Amino acid sequence: MTNSINNGKKRKAVALVSGGLDSMLAVRVMQEQGIHVEGINFYTGFCIEGHTQAIRKKDRDKPKRNNALWVAEQLGIKLHIIDVTEDYKSVVINPKHGYGANLNPCLDCKGFMVHEAMEWMTKHDFDFLITGEVIGQRPMSQRKGTMPIVTKESGAGDLLLRPLCAKLLPETLPEREGWVDREQLLGFSGRNRTPQMALAEKYGFKNYAQPAGGCCFLTDASYSKKLADLWKARGEKTYEIDDIVMLKVGRHLRPRPHFKIIIAREEGETNFLRGYRKNYLSMSTISHPGPVSLIDGEPDDDDLELAARLVARFSSGREAELVTVEVMQKNGESRNIDVKPLLADEVPGEWYV
Amino acid sequence: MKFPVSGMSETTLDARNLLCPLPVIRTQNTVEELQQGDTLLVKCTDHGVINDIPAWCRINGHEILSIDEQEYEIVIKLRVGKNS
Repeated sequence: MTNSINNGKKRKAVALVSGGLDSMLAVRVMQEQGIHVEGINFYTGFCIEGHTQAIRKKDRDKPKRNNALWVAEQLGIKLHIIDVTEDYKSVVINPKHGYGANLNPCLDCKGFMVHEAMEWMTKHDFDFLITGEVIGQRPMSQRKGTMPIVTKESGAGDLLLRPLCAKLLPETLPEREGWVDREQLLGFSGRNRTPQMALAEKYGFKNYAQPAGGCCFLTDASYSKKLADLWKARGEKTYEIDDIVMLKVGRHLRPRPHFKIIIAREEGETNFLRGYRKNYLSMSTISHPGPVSLIDGEPDDDDLELAARLVARFSSGREAELVTVEVMQKNGESRNIDVKPLLADEVPGEWYV
Repeated sequence: MKFPVSGMSETTLDARNLLCPLPVIRTQNTVEELQQGDTLLVKCTDHGVINDIPAWCRINGHEILSIDEQEYEIVIKLRVGKNS
């Protein structure tokens, strides 16, 4: 017997909604018990959600949706999307619990998000917090040994309820107070997805997002390599939002330690990079069709000539004697230089980041 | 639904060169400052907004008035519903 309506007040839970199936199920389990649920979704800057599709023209016709919004609409709940890019930097730059296989600070990330959700919950007069976590589902943040760390370090304590595996965990306040019925909660564990899929079937959920290696670029080896390169080149672990967006776009080549070139791979990326010409020194081929390229770092004149030859290499004038390249400063001032495109064997593989 | 006639305003939000979900977040934060019946024009370059902003509006009770999709720019006009 639950007491989700207490003294005329319907109990309210805020749910961490990633857009995946587990948080979707966790919300519905709470709704079944008469709890009012609203979702919260954090934008860290590293969210995979649609970014490369947004940039690359060839991907534009593929069906695209924001899964967190889609989930919220299916569940009939409000979704609050919060930009945490600034505060999230400390999580990425200096994770207390270290990184996973790549630069993914999953345990610190989970603690951070639960903490942020707790603050939102307090500010908006909600009663408790839920997540779609399942014991043993993820190697770093969703293990029986690490879940108490998240509970403790986030400050959530016993206000954090994990409906999908609650029966395997100590009782929380919402259970003790009778706001939710522990007997109707679940005891999922492990990486086997069969129980979740069966529950989705029971609830009539269709077309939900399939797990595809996480929702964060930091779990991606190639992306992490580019971020590590950025930190090494700068001599310190810092970044701005433009930096981490740029790591998702184009070819990255570092001919010298103090500068790199970002070269668009297709028309969509060219248009995207064009929008950043006020933030970076940029190059475009004038005499032949070619991609827009941005220069990150502090190149001198010799470096600029090398960069221009490299940019020419990626234009349709790669076989020409000379290619004219426009070099544009951030303030819009530009000059043209004529360069001989680099030959294929003059572009070492180690330049590619 | 009826909207107040007096005091309605039209606001323009420049969300160009932002990738989703940032245009949605900026829309959400701007709408929080507006009144029921106000209109908001959102200029974007990420074509994902064609799905995302209408989805956000449906969830939160706002009305899409128009979506003007050009090759590289999308302008979405919405009317603010009842904020709760």
